[in-house]
Parts: sequence; structure tokens; C-alpha cells
Amino acid sequence: MAVGVLALQGSFNEHIAALRRLGVKGTEIRKAEQLETINALIIPGGESTTMAKLAEYHNLFPALREFVKMGKPVWGTCAGLIFLADKAVGQKEGGQELVGGLDCLVHRNFFGSQIQSFEADLLVPELVATEGGPASFRGVFIRAPAILEAGTGVEVLADYSVPSRKPTVQPVEEDKEEFLIRYVLYFVSVASTNNFTLMQLYVLNGYWYFTYQRRHSCSFCSNSGKINSEEKVIVAVKQGNLLATAFHPELTADTRWHSYFMKMVNKGEQPFLLMREMFLTMNHQGLISQYFNSSLFLFFFSVYSFCCLERSFMSSEA
Amino acid sequence: MAEDSVVAVYNTKSITADTKKKNNTFSIKVQLAQMLRGGAIVEVGNSQQAKIAEEAGACAVVVSSEYTQSGISRMPDPLLIKEIKRVVSVPVMAKARVGHFVEAQILEVIGVEYIDESEVLACSDEENYINKHKFRVPFVSGCRGLGEALSRVREGAALIRIQGELSRMGNIVETVRNVRSVMGDIRVLNYMDDDELFAFAKRISAPYDLVAQTKQMGRLPVVLFAAGGIATPADVALMMQLGCDGVFLGSEVFEGSDPCKRVRAIVRAVMHYNDAHVLAETSCGLVDSMERLNLNEDRGQQSGSEGVD
Repeated sequence: MAVGVLALQGSFNEHIAALRRLGVKGTEIRKAEQLETINALIIPGGESTTMAKLAEYHNLFPALREFVKMGKPVWGTCAGLIFLADKAVGQKEGGQELVGGLDCLVHRNFFGSQIQSFEADLLVPELVATEGGPASFRGVFIRAPAILEAGTGVEVLADYSVPSRKPTVQPVEEDKEEFLIRYVLYFVSVASTNNFTLMQLYVLNGYWYFTYQRRHSCSFCSNSGKINSEEKVIVAVKQGNLLATAFHPELTADTRWHSYFMKMVNKGEQPFLLMREMFLTMNHQGLISQYFNSSLFLFFFSVYSFCCLERSFMSSEA
Repeated sequence: MAEDSVVAVYNTKSITADTKKKNNTFSIKVQLAQMLRGGAIVEVGNSQQAKIAEEAGACAVVVSSEYTQSGISRMPDPLLIKEIKRVVSVPVMAKARVGHFVEAQILEVIGVEYIDESEVLACSDEENYINKHKFRVPFVSGCRGLGEALSRVREGAALIRIQGELSRMGNIVETVRNVRSVMGDIRVLNYMDDDELFAFAKRISAPYDLVAQTKQMGRLPVVLFAAGGIATPADVALMMQLGCDGVFLGSEVFEGSDPCKRVRAIVRAVMHYNDAHVLAETSCGLVDSMERLNLNEDRGQQSGSEGVD
């Protein structure tokens, strides 16, 4: 089966090299028509603003959305994760267009700018269960995003503990909003005396998120905080046929994520699953009942015709 | 070699000045630079040009001060850099003079994403380049041949820019010559006997371990971009087909009637560099007013005299 790698910009060569190590030929995808020739797609990491602009200019977004909707396996790394997410925050004004499909809230450049890029060992129990190998995976985080919220149908494959950011308070229910508003205003007033500027404030599921800029003597650094007590962010998820990682497996020699994705691709071709899918869709549309009705009709018709034949036979006999 | 990275770098820990700064190792800087592959990096002089470049699809912008024909060109104004950083969301690079490590320190503190140690600016140290291992921010360095490229990588450069002409005349003959020289040397290296590597390294004045690594990988250990006189989509595709990973565009692309169209055409050419149909389409309607980028008898003292024997 043919696997394509979106070759707008970024580390597509590295993905193709990793696939080659597994014996799979990857095709570079640059045009919308080429999406029809492949069964699976990898959206590589790179400069997500540039990739979004190039995709928009080449009218790739409708074709990509169609591809995702058809249920074909898609894997997004870093910038690819941002593409696949349904909601994204942490962008400059204007934002960027997204393909969507992954029921997650993604924060662009969550870990900070370039200088805060790092490598970390991640525990990936699901990957180890299917692929084997050492219990941890060396994740390369380069201006990486992070998934703040994942929907109910999304399976979390790896998460990462972030060093605690100030301030942290307990999560509050909606009726304690008034208290929280007063807290935030207090924070803002304290902050403005200490050269903080509140940039964005938004609410999601009872958690308040805010981003602020702290001004040092001559540099700006952007930080963001989530007012709750938990300090883990999600960095790898799977939802149906969509796989998304915030780090770059293609920049390491470890090909386990690529073979995990290839297993996802191969699974989609089993006839058993296809039948199950068909059954589910038919049931969902109420076709099952119609099918049964028609078969019952056939059954009674055959019984009736048999009886008729019997009767004519018996009458002819008699 | 404990790290599991594709780019295996020999023993940088002995060269790093401050061994406590383990967070941003050289391999991370190289991986950061790999995110720029397949893109066009545009030189801009003000925030308006930066917005045009980002709209057109550039993967990064380089801030440089206004070009002066004569006189000393130095690092751009930090206020200009901060303004451009506010306006665009792609990585912002800035130029520092060769060997001027304090300009690099200033640029790092301002928060640029990459520093370009540029020979286009005036030279401040004729013998020594900046010790780029001392900085957390990745560096871009220029070169004209494989020996220089590997020397810059040993000093800590994370991205190599093969530099052609410095005079912004729009002539790519020097760039092509230098790209072919680098690629040719890599091809020679691939087939060379391992015992001959020592003499080869000495001949091209490059560190032996990087020469061995280049032979092992079949390519340079870092990302390679081309720069100098690149003006049309065809130029860009030529560089990509010769083996580069991307291009730098000088601020001369902003001259002419429609800079956005020109930059967008060039970015498209970087993406579709193998497809002649797309290149033909993007080249239409661009040869309008690039007068300054054509050679005149009174100005072009190089190229015409050096023929091909």
C-alpha cells in the first residue's frame, strides 16, 4: 500500500528515510491530485505557518479534509499535529487554517521558543506493548506544541510532566467564577506592577488559561499558565485512524513510531474490519432492519410458493 | 555515542566552553535547523517586507540593516528586530559580523531564533570566527567550499549557507560554482579510500572527524542552503536540483513592481523544484523590472572576464 508524506516544507526527507529503513516506499505529496494515489499520509514537522500558507495557496485544505474524513490513516508530527487538531491556541493574530479531525485542543509552541527546545525520555506503554524495545522513547521537542485537552474518543499514548508554572490554584467549578475573576484581576494588578502584561485569557471546561509576557531589561519571553493543580500535558494521541505526536520521531534512529503507524495502515485493509464497518454504518442508518425485513419477506415468499407447489402437486396427484 | 540521533556528532563536549549548558546541545541545534528544510529564507529590512515575506510563504526571515553601497555594514538595530518579531510568526534571524561575538551575544539576548554570521557585512575578525558552541541559539555560517563548510560546523554552525556573490548583482555564477564545488567534493569523498581521508582532510583544511562523518552519511552533517544572486524561480530550482536543501533570498527581490508575487513564485519553485511544468507557470510574468539585477558594463567588473576554458 502506498504511503505519502506531505512535502510542502520541513522534515519530509527524514520521514521518507525512516520509512525506507522499514522497507516502505514513501511518496512526496505536493499536489491535491496525488492524495488520490495513496492510502495513508504523514504530515511532517516544519514551520507550521509556512506549511499552512503553502497548503492554502495550492488548494490542499479541501483535499486534506476529504482525506481525513474518508478515514484513511494520517499521522501528524509537531506542525502536523497542529494541522490535524480541531482547535488551536497560542498563535499570533490571524492564526492559521487547520485541517481538523482530531478532537483536541493544541497549544502552539507550548514549551517556549527555539531556545527551550529539548530532548526527553517519554514513557510509551502502548508503543512498547505493540512494538517491543526499551520502555522509554527519546522524544525530540523542537518549538513543540502540546495537547491541552483531549476529547473522549481520543487515546492518550504519551504525556509529559511540565515543571510547575506559577501560579497554580485548584480548579474551580462554574459557580465559583466570581472568585476566580477576582483572583485573576488581582494577579493582573500585581503583575502589571512587576512588568507583566496579560495577553490572552480564555476559559475551557472550568479551567482558566492565560498567557502573559514578562518584560526583562531588554528581552521578551512569552509564558502561559493553566490555573489548575495538574502539571501534565499530552504529547501523543491516537483517535481512530489518526495518530499525532508533538515530538519528532523521524529525527531519531528509533523507528518504532513509524512501524506503529504502518501497523495502523495495514490494519485498515483487513476485510473483517471492513465488514464490521459496513454493519455499523448500515445499522446506524436503519438499513439493518430493512435488510431483515426483506429477508423475512423472501422467507415467507419461498414458504408460500413451496406450499403452492405442494398443493398443485397434491391436487394433481389426487 | 549515547544519543540516538540521526546526526551523530563526535565528541562536542570537549569543545563546549560551558559544560553545564547541557540543555541545548549541538544536535538539538541541528535538528532545529532541519525544520527549515525545503524552504526559502528571505532577507528583510523592515516589518512591511517581513509581512510580505511571511504571506508569500517564506519559512524564515533574516533581518539586515539597509544596504549601503560603501561604508561599514553592521548588525541591525535591536528595535527593528523586536518590531519584526512582533509582526511575524515565522522564525526571525539576524545578521552579525564575522568574528563579532558581542554582536552575537546581543542578538541572542534579544531573542532571535537564529544568528547569521554573515560575510556580507563588514568583517570584524579576519582570522577567527565566533565560537558558536558558547551560545544556546543556533548559528548560520557561510562557506565557499567543503573545507570551509566543515570548519564552520566544527566551530558550531547548525546551518551552512553556500555563499556566492556578495555584491547583490543578481549573478548566480559564483553560487553555482561554489555549490558544485561542495557537492563535487562530497561525491569524491564517497568513493575515496578510508586511508586517504587524512590527506584529503589536510588538503581541504577541514577537521578529520567531520570529513569521516560526511563520508559515512553521504552528505554534510548539517542542512545546506544556497545564497547569492538568486532571483528567479529557475535559479531556485537550479540550486535545489544541484543538491541544496533550501535557498536564501536577498532583499533585492523586494525591488520591482510586485514583490509579493515574486517571492511567492520563488517559494513555489522551492516546493516544486523537480516539476518543470509548475516552474514554467510560476516564471510567467516575472521578468519585469529587475533592472538593477542585470549586469551593466560600468558596474560588472567580475564575471565577464572569467570565462570557462
